[in-house]
Amino acid sequence: MNAMQFILVILVALVCGMASVMDERQFHRPIVACTLIGLVLGDLQTGIILGGQLELIALGWMNVGAAMAPDAALASTVSAIIVIVGHQSIGEGIAIAVPLAAAGQVLTIFVRTIAVFFQHQADHFAATANFRGIEWCHIGALFLQGLRVAIPTGAVAAVAGTSIVSQWLNDIPPVVTHGLQVSGGFIVVVGYAMVINMMRARSLMPFFFIGFILATFVNGMNLVGLGILGACAAVVYVQLNPDFHDSIKAPAAATATGSGSDDDDVLG
Amino acid sequence: MTESTELKKVQPLTKRDIISTYFRSTFMLGSFNFERMQAIGFCVTMIPAIKRFYHKKEDQAAALKRHLEFFNTTPWPASAIFGVTAAMEQKKAEGGDIDEAAITNVKVGLMGPLAGIGDPIYWGTARPILAALGASLALSGSILGPLLFFFGINIVRMLTRWYGFQVGYRQGTDIVQDVAGNRLKKLTQMASVLGLFVMGSLVSKWTSIKMPLVLVSYHQAGHLITTSLQNILDSLLPGLVALLMTFACMWLLKHKVNAIWIIFGMFAVGIFGYWIGLFGL
Repeated sequence: MNAMQFILVILVALVCGMASVMDERQFHRPIVACTLIGLVLGDLQTGIILGGQLELIALGWMNVGAAMAPDAALASTVSAIIVIVGHQSIGEGIAIAVPLAAAGQVLTIFVRTIAVFFQHQADHFAATANFRGIEWCHIGALFLQGLRVAIPTGAVAAVAGTSIVSQWLNDIPPVVTHGLQVSGGFIVVVGYAMVINMMRARSLMPFFFIGFILATFVNGMNLVGLGILGACAAVVYVQLNPDFHDSIKAPAAATATGSGSDDDDVLG
Repeated sequence: MTESTELKKVQPLTKRDIISTYFRSTFMLGSFNFERMQAIGFCVTMIPAIKRFYHKKEDQAAALKRHLEFFNTTPWPASAIFGVTAAMEQKKAEGGDIDEAAITNVKVGLMGPLAGIGDPIYWGTARPILAALGASLALSGSILGPLLFFFGINIVRMLTRWYGFQVGYRQGTDIVQDVAGNRLKKLTQMASVLGLFVMGSLVSKWTSIKMPLVLVSYHQAGHLITTSLQNILDSLLPGLVALLMTFACMWLLKHKVNAIWIIFGMFAVGIFGYWIGLFGL
């Protein structure tokens, strides 16, 4: 890795770190972050493949309310560097990505706690209608979140190519690396479970099973086909749902105990 | 002064203000903190409106203060709340019948229902589906995968933010009716159906669990016949183990177990299972 690449890696990590708190432009998603790291390290192909694999694992990771997801940003940047510069397999990259996601989560909790200080600083600026001051509080906290990923990534990038790291990675017993690869096959369900729980729609669970059965038994149906089927099911469901027909709506008492109670949950 | 209710003339937001608000809103969660969450981001986004509507320093300070209060919702559709809040601030600046509490109440009143709509639509449906589609292309090393995800999700996001603000600003507090009404409820239900449907198919399609553990083996006419756990499971319902694992995770998450611990637990299961020969590669 030359100096230019080193700087670019840190810049990418900075952007990913900021994106991971904002959840806005999605630079922190593995499929984007790993691709960018691959791009600046001159191995786009590996970055894309690793990104795709990690994205499947992180598919349902999301911040809902105050609950926080494992951190995809640090996991993506560091594992991409280890795989590309440290010459490790994709499987190895995935295995180290998950502990990194945990570390990233701890770090972001730390920064979000520090950001409370910026919050109080902003209160002071508000008292004197100091617009600039509040804006700087905002930017300062954001920048810290960027550093949160950029600093560990830079540290790893500095040593990733050295023989100590590859020695250390090669010393992991095969039963562990193979076991980690085995878990890589089913760790995705944690993300799916997060999505299903977030929907909080028990009455809609039949659609989950229909999707499961169709994907299991209809060979050759790809995701686009399944998506279109799902969209049709969604439209038909809403069209037929008596909740959305005022004219034939059941008496209020009846709907309150029926599927209507679920909707209240979602909206309330 | 003829009447105490005489309205001042306040210039509405200009095109430039709206663009500035939009740009600021895209950094909304930057200073997320555990005390008041998205408060600073909310305040920073409101600054163009505050500057446009209020010219006295104490009015500006009061407005900044009320937008530094606790706020937390799904970030993208929050732009609709920015629109409503801006419309209310404008009315207040005109001397209309709106007090501080009313603005805060509408903000707080909207953030819960909006998250109820936004989370299933954006985090539960749009992003996982685009990510799954992108990832499936990326697995073969195609650059189309990341591009499809990145541009797809960002178009959704930008449209939500831009039009969300417009609708909120134009309709003002009438939007409260909308949020509680049927149209958005329909959209949320549709997103939930689609999201759950796709999750179901992903549980089957994108998990790989192999259980080569041999349960029975015998010789028949000189051939060794073996029946593994996998054979039995496949003849029952392929993907059954993944399905059960999904439900186990849902149960654990519901009982407030941190996702990271569940993932580490699964690593332990994977390593132990591989070691005793239950799982195979």
